[in-house]
Amino acid sequence: MPLMEFFTTHWLGQLIVIVAKCLAVTVPLLVSVAYMTLADRKIWGAIQLRRGPNVVGPFGLLQPFADGLKLFLKETIIPSGAAKVLFIIAPMITFVTALVAWAVVPFDDGWVIADINVGILYLFAISSLGVYGVIIAGWASNSKYAFLGALRSAAQMVSYEVSIGFVLVTVLLCSGSLNLSEIVRAQTGGIHHWYMWPLLPMFVIFFISSLAETNRTPFDLPMSEAELVAGFHTEYSAMTFGLFFLGEYANMILLSGMGVVLFMGGWHAPLPFAPFTWVPGVVWFALKIATLLFVFSWTKGTIPRYRYDQLMRLGWKVFLPFSLFWVVATAGVIAFARGH
Amino acid sequence: MNGLLAEYLPILVFFGIAVGIVCVMVGGSYLVAKQHPDSEKLSPFECGFAPFGDARGQFDVRFYLVAILFIIFDLEVAFLFPWASAFGEIGMVGFWSMMLFLGVLTVGFVYEWKKGALEWE
Repeated sequence: MPLMEFFTTHWLGQLIVIVAKCLAVTVPLLVSVAYMTLADRKIWGAIQLRRGPNVVGPFGLLQPFADGLKLFLKETIIPSGAAKVLFIIAPMITFVTALVAWAVVPFDDGWVIADINVGILYLFAISSLGVYGVIIAGWASNSKYAFLGALRSAAQMVSYEVSIGFVLVTVLLCSGSLNLSEIVRAQTGGIHHWYMWPLLPMFVIFFISSLAETNRTPFDLPMSEAELVAGFHTEYSAMTFGLFFLGEYANMILLSGMGVVLFMGGWHAPLPFAPFTWVPGVVWFALKIATLLFVFSWTKGTIPRYRYDQLMRLGWKVFLPFSLFWVVATAGVIAFARGH
Repeated sequence: MNGLLAEYLPILVFFGIAVGIVCVMVGGSYLVAKQHPDSEKLSPFECGFAPFGDARGQFDVRFYLVAILFIIFDLEVAFLFPWASAFGEIGMVGFWSMMLFLGVLTVGFVYEWKKGALEWE
């Protein structure tokens, strides 16, 4: 087949395949982000005995697009005292890092854009870069609220990133590979083989830390309206604000995806026999992500905001020592079990 | 092309596409929407007051402390990654040498805890 040959050997054909793969990830991701915002509002509505958005389209299904269009048609305000280039670049950094991190996430066996052997390290590195968007935004705005919000947000994100790092190390100790597909394959064989059971405390720490990483309740101090207006994006409007908003939701989906790959068996069915294995792996992957995202919204609807000192105490005095201890314990158990 | 670099090519392409998308979104919005800037609209938000003083003023030194502590522990995690992925081959010597390293770090952590570097009253 000459056409098949063109796509596998010719450089242009290969490039077309790569671009197609990237778009096949980006477009569903952006649609998921749009509907995540709607689901979020519907879930809070239900928690508060309201209906949530229900006017635009059937059941409010066109609401996210109406919101997006509104943001797109608004005036882009760049404050007079702002560092203009940095001010525009900051939301772009947030959104781009939230997007490119998906390059190594396996959606199904072999369904991954770049199956690199240091996948976890790449994810960890890219998700760390997100803090640049926040701190550049706060500094470039030249507004007191934005500046203080950015400082709080940056300190909070780096604090919880340390515990996420230790959590990743415990998963690595169990799987022995940095490749995300290999980590999922190491959890083959049903729900009782998933790492969330032996590493349950680490899974809980990972989830709570991802709430803090994405600045969600109960850790939404950088945007606590009563104190800091809107935190680091106080001065942003129109699509530059839209990018922060989309980036935040894309990051939530990304961290849920990481949680699914590391702890919930990725694309594997929960029970390894007939009716469950008929469902394609990518559907299981999406369902598991949706489950974690529901808990994100649920948390926002039910748990009050932390104080800043409580937040830092939880990160440095509880999560850090505990996850460090758990790294030592996991390594010890594996080493001694192998020795005997 | 080198096999290892070829693995990373899709990431570069994805990065290019992502940058393209954000530029189209921001640039398109800037061109489509009407821009009517005036001096009140462009001044920084300060609850209705005219802003006074420089926004980039002094701030609490503890933010620096957090940043420094973060560097230490993040580097530690960077050391743990290769150790964890090679854990199957390095045997008990590898295990105990990392325990020694973590022990030294824990002593430092206890010290800064006692010194009050983690307090935010």
